[in-house]
Amino acid sequence: MDDLLLNQFLLLGAVLFCIGVYGVLARRNAVLVLMSIELILNAVNINLIAFGAFWGSITGSVFALFVIAIAAAEVGVGLAIVLLIYRNRRSVDLDDVAEMKG
Amino acid sequence: MLASLWQQLSDSPVPIDSVDLAWAGLAPVMILIGGALLILAVDSLVPRRLRPGSYALATVLLAAGAMVAAVPLWQRVQDAERGPFATAAGAIMVDGFSVFATFVILSAVILAALSFDGWLRREEMDGAEPYVLMLLSASGGVMMASANDLIVMFLGLEILSIAVYVLAAMHLRKITSQEAGVKYFVLGAFSSAFFLYGIALIYGGTGSTNLVRIATYLSATVLGDSGLVLAGLALLLVGFGFKVAAAPFHFWAPDVYQGAPTPSVAWMASGVKVAGFAGLLRVFYLAFSTYRLDWQPVIFVLAVLTMLVGSVLAVVQTDVKRMLAYSSINHAGFILVAVQAATAAGVQAALFYLAAYTFMVAGSFGVIAVVSRKGDIGTSLDDYRGLSRDRPVVAFAFALLLLAQAGVPLTSGFFAKFYVITAAIEAGSSTLAIIAMITAVISSYVYLRIIVAMYGAGDDVPAPRTIPLPAAAGLALVISLTVTMSVGVFPGTLASLAERATPVLIPESDPGAVDPSGVPPGP
Amino acid sequence: MLDLVWLVPALPLAGFLILVVLGRRMGEPGAGWLATAMCGGAFVASAIVMAGLIGEQGENRRHLLTLFEWMKVGGFRVEVGFLADPLSITMALFITGIGTLIHLYSISYMHGDPKFSKFFIYMNLFVFSMLMLVLGSNMLVTFLGWEGVGACSYLLIAFWFSKDANASAGKKAFVTNRIGDWGFMCAMFLTFATVGSLDYSVVLEQAPLIAPATATAIALLLFLGACGKSAQLPLFVWLPDAMAGPTPVSALIHAATMVTAGVYLMTRVSPILTQSYDWAPSIIAWVGVITALFAATIALAQTDIKKVLAYSTVSQLGFMFLAIGSGAYVAAIFHMITHAFFKALLFLGAGSVIHGMHDEQDMRRMGNLKKYMPITAATFIVGWLAIAGVPPFAGFWSKDEILLSAYEKNPALWFVGLVTALLTAFYMSRQVFMVFFGEERWRDADHPDAPEPHESPWKMTLPLVVLAGLATMAGILNLPFGNRTHFLERWLEPVVGESEHTVTAAASAQIGLAALAVAGSLVGIAVAYRIYYQRKMEPVEPAIMAQGWKYDTSIAAFMGGPGREAFEATATFDGTVIDGAVNGVATLVRGSGVHLRKVQNGFVRTYALGVAVGVVALLAYFLSRVTF
Repeated sequence: MDDLLLNQFLLLGAVLFCIGVYGVLARRNAVLVLMSIELILNAVNINLIAFGAFWGSITGSVFALFVIAIAAAEVGVGLAIVLLIYRNRRSVDLDDVAEMKG
Repeated sequence: MLASLWQQLSDSPVPIDSVDLAWAGLAPVMILIGGALLILAVDSLVPRRLRPGSYALATVLLAAGAMVAAVPLWQRVQDAERGPFATAAGAIMVDGFSVFATFVILSAVILAALSFDGWLRREEMDGAEPYVLMLLSASGGVMMASANDLIVMFLGLEILSIAVYVLAAMHLRKITSQEAGVKYFVLGAFSSAFFLYGIALIYGGTGSTNLVRIATYLSATVLGDSGLVLAGLALLLVGFGFKVAAAPFHFWAPDVYQGAPTPSVAWMASGVKVAGFAGLLRVFYLAFSTYRLDWQPVIFVLAVLTMLVGSVLAVVQTDVKRMLAYSSINHAGFILVAVQAATAAGVQAALFYLAAYTFMVAGSFGVIAVVSRKGDIGTSLDDYRGLSRDRPVVAFAFALLLLAQAGVPLTSGFFAKFYVITAAIEAGSSTLAIIAMITAVISSYVYLRIIVAMYGAGDDVPAPRTIPLPAAAGLALVISLTVTMSVGVFPGTLASLAERATPVLIPESDPGAVDPSGVPPGP
Repeated sequence: MLDLVWLVPALPLAGFLILVVLGRRMGEPGAGWLATAMCGGAFVASAIVMAGLIGEQGENRRHLLTLFEWMKVGGFRVEVGFLADPLSITMALFITGIGTLIHLYSISYMHGDPKFSKFFIYMNLFVFSMLMLVLGSNMLVTFLGWEGVGACSYLLIAFWFSKDANASAGKKAFVTNRIGDWGFMCAMFLTFATVGSLDYSVVLEQAPLIAPATATAIALLLFLGACGKSAQLPLFVWLPDAMAGPTPVSALIHAATMVTAGVYLMTRVSPILTQSYDWAPSIIAWVGVITALFAATIALAQTDIKKVLAYSTVSQLGFMFLAIGSGAYVAAIFHMITHAFFKALLFLGAGSVIHGMHDEQDMRRMGNLKKYMPITAATFIVGWLAIAGVPPFAGFWSKDEILLSAYEKNPALWFVGLVTALLTAFYMSRQVFMVFFGEERWRDADHPDAPEPHESPWKMTLPLVVLAGLATMAGILNLPFGNRTHFLERWLEPVVGESEHTVTAAASAQIGLAALAVAGSLVGIAVAYRIYYQRKMEPVEPAIMAQGWKYDTSIAAFMGGPGREAFEATATFDGTVIDGAVNGVATLVRGSGVHLRKVQNGFVRTYALGVAVGVVALLAYFLSRVTF
């Protein structure tokens, strides 16, 4: 993979990453925030695979597989917590979850 | 089709490597994970409930067993002929550093488990899950401390974190516990994503995720600093900074500490922080020592911010858990001062501090767990008024632990701060040392406030109440106090252990033929 | 014989440990007797070591006993050891000596207190810590003792913590002392960074090689520590409040021993002070003398019997720092010893009065106690004459030495010192006249049936008599009649000899200064006599009544008008500006905390934004480091 092609992948990754970060910062809905985090992880995966191809090593792809697995676990736990919140408050708005502060 | 695939595989000109594993080196992790799965299996297979306390006992025994398994490792890495070794294809490093951190993390597990037992019974939540989660989380922490590859580092971090998210949100009937869980989860996942992005960039910049190969690559290419690597470093720092609650990545800590079940907090404040710092030191001090001049100033600023936020904001709190949350941020800043030194003395000071701090803070939160009331409430400063009358021994022990956190001589806290400051001054960071000590003075006020509340008298002392002290929690208190005071009087043993716990980089996977000198650690 | 030095701190430590285990079972008075015996044993041990030291000559007059290696980390090594030299043994001797007397006194004073044995636990722990402080062979051991005495001090101030004021006084002492300790710790780190060791033997030997700037920094940081412990401006606020503790504690800790730790420390490191810039000692001298004057003016307006003594202690400590700043270390130690005798005497006397008056501390409700408490009165008068500087009592000799050195340093220092001495004589006389003479005032409209005062039991009066003897005689330690009678100076010469300022003034000038000092004291006493004593005598001496009245009224007018205002202004200054400065820092911290916590608003997204801002900042910084 040459530099030019690599840069295009990296750019895609960076754009996805930024969208994800924006989503975490701007969205109040907990589920959407979770999805935004997933988006960031996928941006990382694109980067990893692109770099793997660039260096001609398998590490990037292996790492991407690990990330996919971890992301699944993370989202599982995250959704469970969000569900717990929903049961108690009938809302998944993160701005409602602000009892402790100061 | 499967057959053809099999055919292809077996005909493959490159045989699949079977990784050479030195199982002994992984024994502590294996014991933790295996034990956790065993407890889980027993819990779901045994039809009726076990005797209360058996899970806590099992956890303590497992952690102690892992410690026992780590003892020969320590002897081995200290042996001049055999020395530290890498295993699992160079992804795991067993050296004095990792074994030391393992011991500290396991101690935190024991203290938190002892604290959990009585607390869970009081909250009528007794079960296997908290212990399983904590054991898994500890296994992640041990992995981080011995990670020699960024993939393992990330895996360790996630195993550690995901379990702790659940531990924070565990209290089903307490609404702030869930709030703590969701806050910790969102921010934790957010910062882990940055961390991961950083790893990807470093992989892109150096072509490897192995710390040894990264270091070799970096020292070979001295021409200029790569933007990819630098950006990657910045993002790695975000991930570690979040785990250790360094400002400005500390926001979660006060809310989570306040809301989460108190024994979980004992674990978060001790074990999780140790793992975070162990990872931070391994990556920055070892692998990126060539970039020292780039990251030292950043750690400087982070340390100053962290210490200031931790001490100043602690002053205005009225909830004891929150006070200690901020004070633990201040402690993190102190350890960052040691990291900033980027010398062997700095690493040693950080390890000493972490070890001393683990016992202080786990003991302190253990006291809070005991003093709180059913529903995990009653942690405000007013709830501590008259404690010296209701539970004089607990109040006295808490006072000693708080004084240790303040860094009063004859406690381990004094020497922890002493070594950190000495290391900073030797490394030429006198400014940082002075700021550190000013914040120590500020936060000593906070500890004093709690002590005065416990020992104060007057009109605002509430009516006497009985505070049950479960035996296990008492044992945890005795252990933490004994360690805190004896290290305070005889710091030599722990200091010399920390001195021998140097992290090393060795590009070797075969434990049989290790060159003991290895690559010299850092500059 | 010299190796026995470990026994000196070991005995109080043993007492402490035994009392911790068995104290409650031994109860009253067993626990008190045990503590007293341990302290007395330490006194005997110090005396033996002292005898051993006298047997040595010159440079050999020091003995280093290393007990064990405490910690060793890389190049950093600290041993727990004791340094027996003339300075430390002198300190040990008078700490244990006075300590024993005060322990004995406390057996009676604390009679019937529910926490009787606990009190003696703290007292023995205090004596142990204080001995560690003075005998420690390196700065870290000293610091350990330093913190130990501090801790005991808080515990004992807040001993009767059912009173709210006591708890808050303990808190004040804790906070101001932390500021001082901070200075000490910084000095320690700086010393280690410069010299590579904390052992006095190494540090002081290499002191002449330290760069003046570094030496100045070390000296001033140590002085900051000393200011905290020894209650100098601006950190003295805690000492008057510390009087909330039991009176024997005030006598032992807040008059005789702990508060002089700063003076000891500065004397111990005198070679560093010599090596620093010239203005560093001047700062110390001026802080000392201004503290002395300031505290003395406040003492003029106090009505609480212990508060007068507390401010007087601050003032006398200022004198000691004046001596140190003038390079007169021997005079500082000399005054420390004499002051320990007479101030302990005065405090114990005050305690005896309070005890006899059934816990009354207001001097306006006392009077003519000499009739009811003859021994207390007589001994208190000895203490008064000693502190007022009347020859031949001890205070005269030591104060004279200080004023002489101050004069040679800077006549302005001497003048302020002289004024302070006059004020000292005045307010102490005022106290004596108000308490022991004049009319009996304890029965008034509010307290119609107050019981009669009574003399205290022998366990309280015996220490008074002994201390009175010492306060009378201690002057012979260092009489200014030629080199032969300068016993203390010759004794301390191996320690401070090279730093000590040599008096150059002619004998006639010395006598002149001494005469002025005596005159000042007598004026102070005379004025007080006319104001607080003679007013009651006027019916007997009608001939001078008019004159006396005129004098009295003008003084009274002054005291009631501008004078009182001035004194009250200083008292207010103390309350607002000095307290304010301390509170100001606290307010600043609290205020910034209040503002900062607004960021912590509870919203996850704000926190995430914080993380994101951090990420951007880190990225921006790191990418700015990219070299192409």
